[in-house]
Amino acid sequence: MARYQYEPFDYVTPPELTGQAGTRAPVIIVGAGPIGLGAAVDLATHGIASVVVDDNNVVSVGSRAICWAKRSLEIFDRLGIGDRMLEKGVTWKLGRVFRGDQEVYNFDLLPDDGHKFPAFINLQQYYVEQYLVERCTDFPDLIDLRFKNRVQSVGQDETGVWADIETPDGSYRLDGDFLLACDGANSRLRRQFGLDFGGRYFEERFLIADVEMQADFPSERWFWFTPTFHPGQSALLHKQPDNIYRIDLQLGPDADPEEEKKPENVIPRIEKVVGGRPFKLDWVSVYSFNCRRIDRFVHDRVIFIGDSAHVVSPFGARGGNGGMHDVDNLCWKLAHIINGTSDASLLDSYDAERVHGADENIRNSSWTSRFMSPEPGIEMSFRNAVLSLAVDTPFARRMVNAGRLSVPCQLDSSDLNSHDSDEFDVAMQTGMVCLDAPVRHADGRDDWLMRQIGGGFCLLATGGATIDPATLPDGITVLEIGSGRDGSLEDTEGLVAARYGRGVHLIRPDQHLAARWVAPTPGDITSALARCARIAA
Amino acid sequence: MTLNTEFNLGTQSDSLFNELLDAHQGLSLDQSSQMNAAMILLLMNHIGDPAVIRDAIARARAALDA
Ligand SMILES: Cc1cc2nc3c(=O)[nH]c(=O)nc-3n(C[C@H](O)[C@H](O)[C@H](O)COP(=O)(O)OP(=O)(O)OC[C@H]3O[C@@H](n4cnc5c(N)ncnc54)[C@H](O)[C@@H]3O)c2cc1C
Repeated sequence: MARYQYEPFDYVTPPELTGQAGTRAPVIIVGAGPIGLGAAVDLATHGIASVVVDDNNVVSVGSRAICWAKRSLEIFDRLGIGDRMLEKGVTWKLGRVFRGDQEVYNFDLLPDDGHKFPAFINLQQYYVEQYLVERCTDFPDLIDLRFKNRVQSVGQDETGVWADIETPDGSYRLDGDFLLACDGANSRLRRQFGLDFGGRYFEERFLIADVEMQADFPSERWFWFTPTFHPGQSALLHKQPDNIYRIDLQLGPDADPEEEKKPENVIPRIEKVVGGRPFKLDWVSVYSFNCRRIDRFVHDRVIFIGDSAHVVSPFGARGGNGGMHDVDNLCWKLAHIINGTSDASLLDSYDAERVHGADENIRNSSWTSRFMSPEPGIEMSFRNAVLSLAVDTPFARRMVNAGRLSVPCQLDSSDLNSHDSDEFDVAMQTGMVCLDAPVRHADGRDDWLMRQIGGGFCLLATGGATIDPATLPDGITVLEIGSGRDGSLEDTEGLVAARYGRGVHLIRPDQHLAARWVAPTPGDITSALARCARIAA
Repeated sequence: MTLNTEFNLGTQSDSLFNELLDAHQGLSLDQSSQMNAAMILLLMNHIGDPAVIRDAIARARAALDA
């Protein structure tokens, strides 16, 4: 299979520099990483135009984010590239943890069936970015993608925002209503705003290498504590498409990055991991990591999203996945505000909900980092005690922390929710992202609940409950899942009823459950919607 | 549940205390430290109740300064 070929994107002189009238962008997006590109597509699905500027003209150099979680895949599906990612990616759900060469624990990340997407796929970030760029071209009137456009600084007042941008043809100013800072972990805009990036730096160094080889390792995540091939440290092996394997080796805090990156040092290490199989080095990097975030993500018209707002260690795959949660959470809110249907205060909920999400990601990835590289002394004693006990005692296996992988963020304490007034004894809880399930159309086509819920406000009736559309507020779609007769979709395996119970559910555009009732009055629905959408008076 | 700080070891308390010390005999400080850690983890899991465990952590820490 051919390896990924980097094809630079074309630079086009922006209209502002060819004497044409500059356009005012409803949304300026700084940075065309997965988060900026994802936001552009998401906004376009809501009919909102954006100008995306990136200082570079190629996709991610190196595979970087490879593990995409089920929730991100559902978001990407809503954005139109889910099937493509699933087809190209390596599907996996099983993780194995070894101590020395002995397996101590394995975990199944998606034990139940009936979901369109698997727990995880592995797919290199460069593919995801390429698919997103191609998807952007489906919206020529809404997405204006400008490569080799570097933002130097931004400004704002009560009436708008602007970005001063440098290109190979000179500089220009771009005006807009909102600006999304998607400029990554080293965000220049974060520095320009003087925002404190509070948190912790971890001194431990890691070698990350992508190697191309023919091997029959299964599609599982293998993690070793103190393997015999890399004594005293940890190691990770993970399969990617195109016969590429990700190898991650802990090097200790004193390793010299420049030395370690040299092929004469990398190759012998890899040889030990892969046990003599022939391989080619595709990408090597040495890194240490931070777990940090800024205090607030919304600064009037400038909104921080993705790595510019928060960074984590890579061991929970929470960076890229967490950023996609941001996109999902923000874009519908921004669209409703720009369209004038929601009050600007709806943005406060992006801050509250995603700060909560970022904290969860930071907490989990910090805990993993501490388990992987404990301080000498008592921390090491406890860590090693867990590993020793794990050989014979089931409880300790669960305590072995080799990465707690990204799961959907629960918004159970969000202000946008209405509290349950009826009892539901099911897996779904208010604030949760919807659980998927198979459904069937009247014409016999099989489909998935998530696809039907889509990306707008949705009122979902399950388990035989019905909705009278005549009494509904505007801008909400109705979805009845039941027998498959009278215009409803069939609950093919009964999983919708099992997961949701019998009732009516108000679903947010980001597919989280905002309110539910056994049998709501029209007033119940109207007030829950007003609360959730902060409907403008 | 709250942490039980009343006496709860019946007639075996002196014996158990000594068995614990005996188990550490001949260990280096490092080994002792790891054995203690394993012991705490086993008991913590057996107790299971987060409130009780948090109370125990706080009391053990406070006892340092007593
Ligand atoms: C080694 C490694 C492994 C990782 N593994 C995983 C994983 O398995 N799963 C996971 O979910 N995450 C993983 N991550 C994290 C993931 O790569 C990041 O979270 C993700 O790339 C963040 O996306 P972003 O769009 O916010 O930022 P970036 O991808 O960094 O994109 C920022 C973009 O902004 C552009 N830019 C910057 N400054 C300017 C400017 N002034 N003007 C214009 N453009 C600008 C940059 O050129 C870049 O294109 C990993 C990261 C690393 C380093």
